[in-house]
Amino acid sequence: MKGLESLLAEHPFFSGMTEADLKLIAGCATNARFEAGEYLYREGGAADRFFLLRSGQIAVEVHAPGRDPVTILTVGEGQVLGFSWLMPPYRWVFDARAMQLTRALVFDGACLRNKCDADPRLGYDLLKRVASVMSQRLETATVQLADLYGVVGP
Amino acid sequence: MMTGSPPMLPAPYRVRHVHQETSDTWTLDLEPQGGLVPSFKPGQFDMLYAFGVGEVPISISGDPTAPDPLIHTVRSVGAVSRALCALRPGAAVGVRGPFGTSWPVTNGSGRDVLLVAGGVGLAPLRPAFYQVLAQRARFGRVVLLYGARSPGDLLFADELAQWRGRFDVDVQVTVDHARPEWAGNVGVVTSLLDHARFDPDDCVALLCGPEIMMRLVSNDLLRRGVTADRIYVSLERNMQCAVGWCGHCQLGPELTCRDGPVYPLARVEPLLHVREL
Repeated sequence: MKGLESLLAEHPFFSGMTEADLKLIAGCATNARFEAGEYLYREGGAADRFFLLRSGQIAVEVHAPGRDPVTILTVGEGQVLGFSWLMPPYRWVFDARAMQLTRALVFDGACLRNKCDADPRLGYDLLKRVASVMSQRLETATVQLADLYGVVGP
Repeated sequence: MMTGSPPMLPAPYRVRHVHQETSDTWTLDLEPQGGLVPSFKPGQFDMLYAFGVGEVPISISGDPTAPDPLIHTVRSVGAVSRALCALRPGAAVGVRGPFGTSWPVTNGSGRDVLLVAGGVGLAPLRPAFYQVLAQRARFGRVVLLYGARSPGDLLFADELAQWRGRFDVDVQVTVDHARPEWAGNVGVVTSLLDHARFDPDDCVALLCGPEIMMRLVSNDLLRRGVTADRIYVSLERNMQCAVGWCGHCQLGPELTCRDGPVYPLARVEPLLHVREL
């Protein structure tokens, strides 16, 4: 069975990270599985975790009273989920539901923050990786807002 | 352009069959009133004339190896397209065409072929996909990525399901938003590129959809190493005569009805960034 460090090293999010840093942050991670339909987190709850998906698929949902939730994003194998652990007030902004059996590495958010505070170089490296994903998500969310699929032709 | 008949004279056709694809999009099967359906190439378009209403350019969405019936997929967005979508079997319609350049499917021979469609942009790409499937052994990996607004806005849903069941093509679909019962991807079509398997150094990419989408996808492909001469886009402009006479569809030095609608990105990429055009 693979250790956490090798699983982290294989994940695209940590591509190129030094062995020493991987070892350091592996101390904050655990292996987890989520059954189809299970919620990883709910809006307003304490954002104390960060997810690296190894397999499966997660729906990020917005809920509103009197109507079905709306899925605004799906994330799957090789992707990451949840950034609210990084910024106060550490509350989830959306719901996240497993669409199928999903395997993930789950980080303790407070543990990660403490290690980043103690080692700003590691913190900067991690922040750049998170910022890159957040930037991509912001770009795609903006495009979704623009309602791309208008009229085309001829 | 069609040969042997005056290019501005519509040929009479009748609607043989209609199929509602989505709430605002219909596929029309047309049969000629005398004569044969002219052959066409993937990506070409016809001018469809709703009698008494007007004429609009509509891409041919059928199989180029089986051109009869002549198939178009029309989204109801204006007076003419609304009239076309309201046609029922037996109704008369005028057809001029086919016009314009085509998807260079054979350029993909021996290479991977990536087709990326957004919204009703799948309709102009479907003939290219048919052509690839008909000669499947000539190509490397074949990938079709398709994005739509919601699951209810997916064109050719039954066919998509069939294509996804094949072992020799990779068909991935995403939507902008969905209800919980949707088991597929949610996100913009560029998000599918991360999971698509193709060789950036040895592929051709055919893109069709809103221009914003094509810019985003082409930027992503360029970053991955696909060169601009192997990326093709289909451009929409105000085509009226369809034969390069009237100039309404001018895009800089290009008349998109005659020189397009399908272009290599390398030829038109600078023009797409000129806001005044």
